[in-house]
Amino acid sequence: MSKLATYRRSPIALIVLLFLGLTFTGTAYAALQPTAPADAYSASNASEDVDDVEEGRKLFLANCASCHGKNAEGNGTAGPSLAGVGAAAVDFQVGTGRMPLAAPGVQAPANPNQVNFSQQEIDQLAAFVASLGPGPDVPDEEYTDLENADIANGGMIFRTNCAMCHNSSAQGGALTRGKFAPDLMGVEPSHMYSAMLTGPQSMPVFNDATITPQEKENVIAFIVNIEEGGNSFGGHDLGSIGPAGDAVFIWTIGIGLLIGAAVWLGRKAA
Amino acid sequence: MTTIPQGAGAVRDQSEAATETTADAADPKLPPPVVWADERLGVAKGFGLFKKVFPDHWSFLLGEIAMYSLIICLITGTFLTFWFVPSMGHVIYDGSFVPLKGVGMSEAYASTLNISFDIKGGLLIRQLHHWAALLFIVGIALHVARVFFTGAFRKPREINWVIGTVLSLLACIEGFAGYSLPDDLLSGTGIRAMNGFMSSAPVIGTYLTFFVFGGQFPGELIIPRLYIAHVLLLPAILVGLFAVHIFLVFWHKHTQYPGPGRTNNNVVGFPLLPVYTAKAGGFFFIVFGVTALIAAVVTINPVWAYGPYDPGQVTAGSQPDFYMWFSDGALRLLPGWMEFSIFGVTFSPQIFLGSLVLLPLVWIILGAYPFVEQWITGDKREHHLLDRPRNAPVRTAVGAAAISMYLVLAVATINDIIAIKLHLSINDITVALRVLFFILPVIVFMVVKRLCLSLQRADRELVLHGTESGRIMRTPEGRFYEVHEELNEFDRWHLVQHEAQRPLSLTAGPDTDEYGVERPVGPLESMRRKLSEFYFKDRIEPVTPSELAAAHHHGEAEALPGGQARAIKESVERADETAGLRSDDRT
Amino acid sequence: MSEDQIAVHDPHAKPATYVEPEAADRFENPGLPPHRPRRADVDDDAAKRAERQVTTLFGLSILGTLGFIVAYFLVDPELRASVLVIGYVNLYHVILGLTLAMSLLGIGLGAVHWAKTIMPDTEVVEERHLQASDEEARNEAAGVLSQGYRSAQLHRRPMLLLTAGGALGLFALPLALQVAGGLGPLPGDALEHTVWRKGMRLMIDPSGTPITPEMVSQGSVIHVLPEGFVGESSHGEDGPSALEIMEAKANSSVLLVRLNPEQIKSQKQRDWGVDGIVAYSKICTHVGCPVALYERQTHHLLCPCHQSTFDMTDDCKVIFGPAKRPLPQLPITVEDGYLVAVDDFAEPIGPSYWERG
Repeated sequence: MSKLATYRRSPIALIVLLFLGLTFTGTAYAALQPTAPADAYSASNASEDVDDVEEGRKLFLANCASCHGKNAEGNGTAGPSLAGVGAAAVDFQVGTGRMPLAAPGVQAPANPNQVNFSQQEIDQLAAFVASLGPGPDVPDEEYTDLENADIANGGMIFRTNCAMCHNSSAQGGALTRGKFAPDLMGVEPSHMYSAMLTGPQSMPVFNDATITPQEKENVIAFIVNIEEGGNSFGGHDLGSIGPAGDAVFIWTIGIGLLIGAAVWLGRKAA
Repeated sequence: MTTIPQGAGAVRDQSEAATETTADAADPKLPPPVVWADERLGVAKGFGLFKKVFPDHWSFLLGEIAMYSLIICLITGTFLTFWFVPSMGHVIYDGSFVPLKGVGMSEAYASTLNISFDIKGGLLIRQLHHWAALLFIVGIALHVARVFFTGAFRKPREINWVIGTVLSLLACIEGFAGYSLPDDLLSGTGIRAMNGFMSSAPVIGTYLTFFVFGGQFPGELIIPRLYIAHVLLLPAILVGLFAVHIFLVFWHKHTQYPGPGRTNNNVVGFPLLPVYTAKAGGFFFIVFGVTALIAAVVTINPVWAYGPYDPGQVTAGSQPDFYMWFSDGALRLLPGWMEFSIFGVTFSPQIFLGSLVLLPLVWIILGAYPFVEQWITGDKREHHLLDRPRNAPVRTAVGAAAISMYLVLAVATINDIIAIKLHLSINDITVALRVLFFILPVIVFMVVKRLCLSLQRADRELVLHGTESGRIMRTPEGRFYEVHEELNEFDRWHLVQHEAQRPLSLTAGPDTDEYGVERPVGPLESMRRKLSEFYFKDRIEPVTPSELAAAHHHGEAEALPGGQARAIKESVERADETAGLRSDDRT
Repeated sequence: MSEDQIAVHDPHAKPATYVEPEAADRFENPGLPPHRPRRADVDDDAAKRAERQVTTLFGLSILGTLGFIVAYFLVDPELRASVLVIGYVNLYHVILGLTLAMSLLGIGLGAVHWAKTIMPDTEVVEERHLQASDEEARNEAAGVLSQGYRSAQLHRRPMLLLTAGGALGLFALPLALQVAGGLGPLPGDALEHTVWRKGMRLMIDPSGTPITPEMVSQGSVIHVLPEGFVGESSHGEDGPSALEIMEAKANSSVLLVRLNPEQIKSQKQRDWGVDGIVAYSKICTHVGCPVALYERQTHHLLCPCHQSTFDMTDDCKVIFGPAKRPLPQLPITVEDGYLVAVDDFAEPIGPSYWERG
C-alpha cells in the first residue's frame, strides 16, 4: 500500500475537502455586475441615407447575392427573397453572425465570433434591404434599454409565446428534424427585439399588433433578468434543463459520494 | 449463539486496549433507567438483539441509503407541511420574488414560492426534501439490482422481495405525487399527461379521470387529493411495509457473500452493539450530511423558473423526474398508428400500453421473478450465501438485458434534450430508440452472458495456475520459466466455493424409462425443461481438488525439457476442457 | 394421452425435485482466515491518533451546528453573491446548507471512523437455523388450530363460517361505494364541448386583445383564448370563476396562423378559415399538452411533451409521433372587423378516450 493511498483513505482527507469547500465559497464572494445596456448605435435613420443604400448594395453583391440573387429577389432553395424583410431582419441575421450562411439550410446557428461586418457595414446592408420594400425597421432604443420594463408581464408573455420552444429559462429547445430554438443567454436586447419582429428561420413573427413594443421590451427584460441571475438562488443550476440535469447529477456525483462513503465504511481499517 | 473465531484470541492478548471486553466490566450492572423500564416492560430480555451479527459489505449499504433518504424525506416533509397550502384556489402573488409579482397562480404554487423565498432556510428544506427523494429512489434501484444480481431473493426471502417490489412501486408513485404538488408549469404538464393517459383506458377511461380529478381537467381537486396521498396515505403504507421489510431482514438474518468461514449456516460479521450501531448510525448522518451538502450547492426543481401552471402554456424540455422516465419514454416511442376505432369506440394502445399497462407490468415481472426462477431450477433449499453475479451467467444476463430495455425507454424521455445538446434530429433519435428497444436487450444478453462465462474461466485459470510471481527461474538446461504461486486456501475458496447449477435434464434423470420408452412430459413441464436448458446449458464448473492436483503436476512439468513438458501440458489442457467447460449439446 | 398424465402429475415427484450435485470432489471451506491486527491494535500511538481524529470530527460537527445557528440569525437572508463553480446564489442558503452538512457529516464520519479504528474488528460468527419449524412445532400448531376450529363449533355448523365469511367479505362495500360515488361527477358529454360559441371573438393570450385579420401577418402565430376568458373581460362581476377560466384554457386554447391559401391542401380547411387564416385546437390529441411549437418555414406544429408533429397545411394531420388524430379546426369568420368563431369545434378536442368513437 503506497503512502498516498493510505492518506487518501484517512478521515483527514475528508475534513480537508470539507474545509476547502467552505473556504472557497467564502473567498470567491463577488457581486455580479449587471451587464451594460446594449451598445448604442443610431441605425434608425440609416435607411434614409442614399449613400448608405449604395454602399449596402455593393456589400450585398459581394457577400449575399450568390444565394439571395443580385437584386435580392431570391434564388429558389438557396435563399429567399429579401424584399420586405426590413432592416430589422438584416440587423439580426448579420449582426448575430447567422448570415452569410455557410450552406443553405433551415437552421442558421448564431455565430457571434464570425460577425465579419462592422456595425456601419451592417447598417448599410440594412439600408439597402430596407430600400427594396417596406419592412420592419431596427428597434427603437426606447424599447431595448429595458427602462420601465415590467418583468412579470414579460414573463407571462414569454411563457405563452416563447417558452415552448426556448424553454421557460430561455435555455433553448429542440424542434423537428435537427432544428432547434437557440439559448437566449447573452443575446443583445436589440437582436431579441428584431427576432420577434421578423421571425428568423423557423421562428414565427410577433408583430407589433400581437405583441406590442412595450410587451416586447418586457419579454426582453424578463430574459435579461434570468441572465443576470434573477432565477439563481439555490446553487448550481445544472444547465437549467429541468429534471434531466437533476437525474444526471444524482446518478453520478450524488450517489457516487455515498457509494464512496459506503466502500470506505465496509473496508477494514489499516 | 456467538463465538469468537480462532486466531482472534492471540491478537486480543497482545493488545488489550483494542478488544477489551472483560477488564473493568467483570461485574456489569444495568443503568437505573433500564432497570426502571425492565420492571415495567421486561426490556432486558430483548437485549440479546444487540448481539445480532451483520456482515460488512459496501453493497449492503445501498438499501440503507434508501432507508435513510426516506427518513430525511419524512423529517423535511413534515417541515414543508407547516407552510405548504394544498389548494388550487386562485391568488395574485405578492411575495418577494419580483418576476412573478402580480401574476395569478394557485395557492399551492404561491405557498411553494413563499417557502422558497420568504421562510428563512425554507429553500434549503425544500431542496433537501427533493434531493433526498431522488436519492431514495436511486438507493432503491441500486438495492434492487444488488439483491437481484446476487440472488438474495431466493428462498426463504421471496416474501421480502415482493414487499420490496411493492415498496419501490409506492416510492415512485409517492415521488410523482410530490413532484406534482407545487403546481408549477412543469408539474402541471405532468398531471396533464396523467389525465391524458388515464382517459385512454378502455371502457372506464373517462370515468376514471372524472373521478380522480373531480370533473374536467384541471378542476380544483387534484392537488388536495395528491397532497393527502403524498403526506398520509402513501407514507403510511410505505413506512408500514418498510417496517416489515426491515423486520424480515432481522428475522432471516442478513445474507452474506461467500468467503472463507462463511457458510450457508452462519452469519459472519460485526455485532449490532457497538460496531454496527456506530457504523449504521454514522452512515445515517453521512447520508443526511451529503444530502445537505448537495442541497446547499446544487439547485433542484426551481419552480419559480417554470412559472405557475397554465393549461395553455408549456416549456421546452418537459420531463418528469427520472423514475417516471421509462413510462414517459414509452409514450414517446409508441407510434400513433396503433390507435383505431371500431364499433364506435376508440382504442389507444399507443397510450395505455406505455402507461397503464407498462407501469404495473414492470413491477409484476419484478415481483414474480423469484418464483419463476425457483420453478425453473426446482431448487427448494434455503440460500443465505449470495451468488457472485458471474456464477449465475444467465440470471445476470437476463437482468442486464432487462435494465438495457428499461434504459432505452428512459433515454427516450430526454430525446429532446439529447437532440439539442448533441445537435441531432429528434426524429432520428426516436426512430433509433424504437429499433434499439428490441435489439439492444438481445445484444446485452449475449455479451453479458459471455462475459460472465469468461470471468468464470479466468477464475478457473487463476485457481489452476496461480498468480504470476514475477520470479524467473532458469533450468539447468538453460530454459527460463516464470514461477507461478499457488493461491492460498483462503483466496482460493472465493473462486471454488460455488455450485454450477445444472439443467433439469441432467438432474432429473433420463428422459426415457427403464424400457427405453420416452417419458411423457406435459406442455408446462416441457417449457420448464426448455427454460432450464436455456438457463444452465452453458456453465463452467468450479475447479475440484483433483483438477488442481493434475494442474500441479503440470506446474512441475514447466521445468522439464521441451518435448516432455509440452506433452504433459497438452494432456492437462485436454483434461481442463473435459472437466471444466461443459456445454451440453443435446439437440 | 397427455391429459391424464397431467392429472397424476405430482410436483414433488422425481423430475421436479432438485438433485444435489455430488459433493465428493469439492474443496473444503478453510474457515475464517486469521485475524490481521490493525495499526491501532498493536501501536498505542496509532490508537491515540485515531481517537484524536474521531474527537476532531465530533468537534467539527459541534462547530457546524453552532455555525448554523449563528448564520441563521446574523447573515442577511437576501444576501446574494457569485460563488466559484456553483455560480450566482443566495449566499444565506448556501451557508446554512454547508454548516448543516458539516454538523451532520462530522457525526457520521466520526462514528464510522471510531467503529473502524477503535472498536473491535474481529468478526463474530452467529449460527443460522432453518426457517421451517420442526415436526413437533408443526404438530403442536396443527393441534392449536384444530382445537380452535372445533371449539368454535365450525366443524358442526358450517353455515357459521359461510355467513361470517360473506359478511366480512361485503362489509367494506358501502365505504368503497361512498368514496367511488362521491369522487367526481359522471362525464356525461362534457368532453365533447368547449366554451367556444358562435360569434365569440378570438382574443390574444394573455393580453386579451381582439384580433383583426390584418393583425395576423404571414408567418406569425397567435395564442388565442375565447372572449370573456382572458384579459380584462374575464374579471367582471359576472365573469367566469378562476376554475372556469382554467378549464377553458385546458380545452379551448387555440393557435391562429396565416397560411398562404395556395399551400392549404384541403378545401374544408380553407373554408373554415379567413383568407388563409386558420385556427386549430392547441391541445394535443395524444395526452393533452399544448402543441405550441409552430415552425414558420415548414408549417409544422410540434408538441414538446411527446413530439407528435402536425402538418398545418394538411389540416393538421399527424406526420410523426404518438398522436393519431389531427388537431380539430375551429371554424372562424370576420364579424365587425374582428375574427370570431363560427361555432364550437366539430369534434372533441384533446386526448383520445373510449367513447369518442
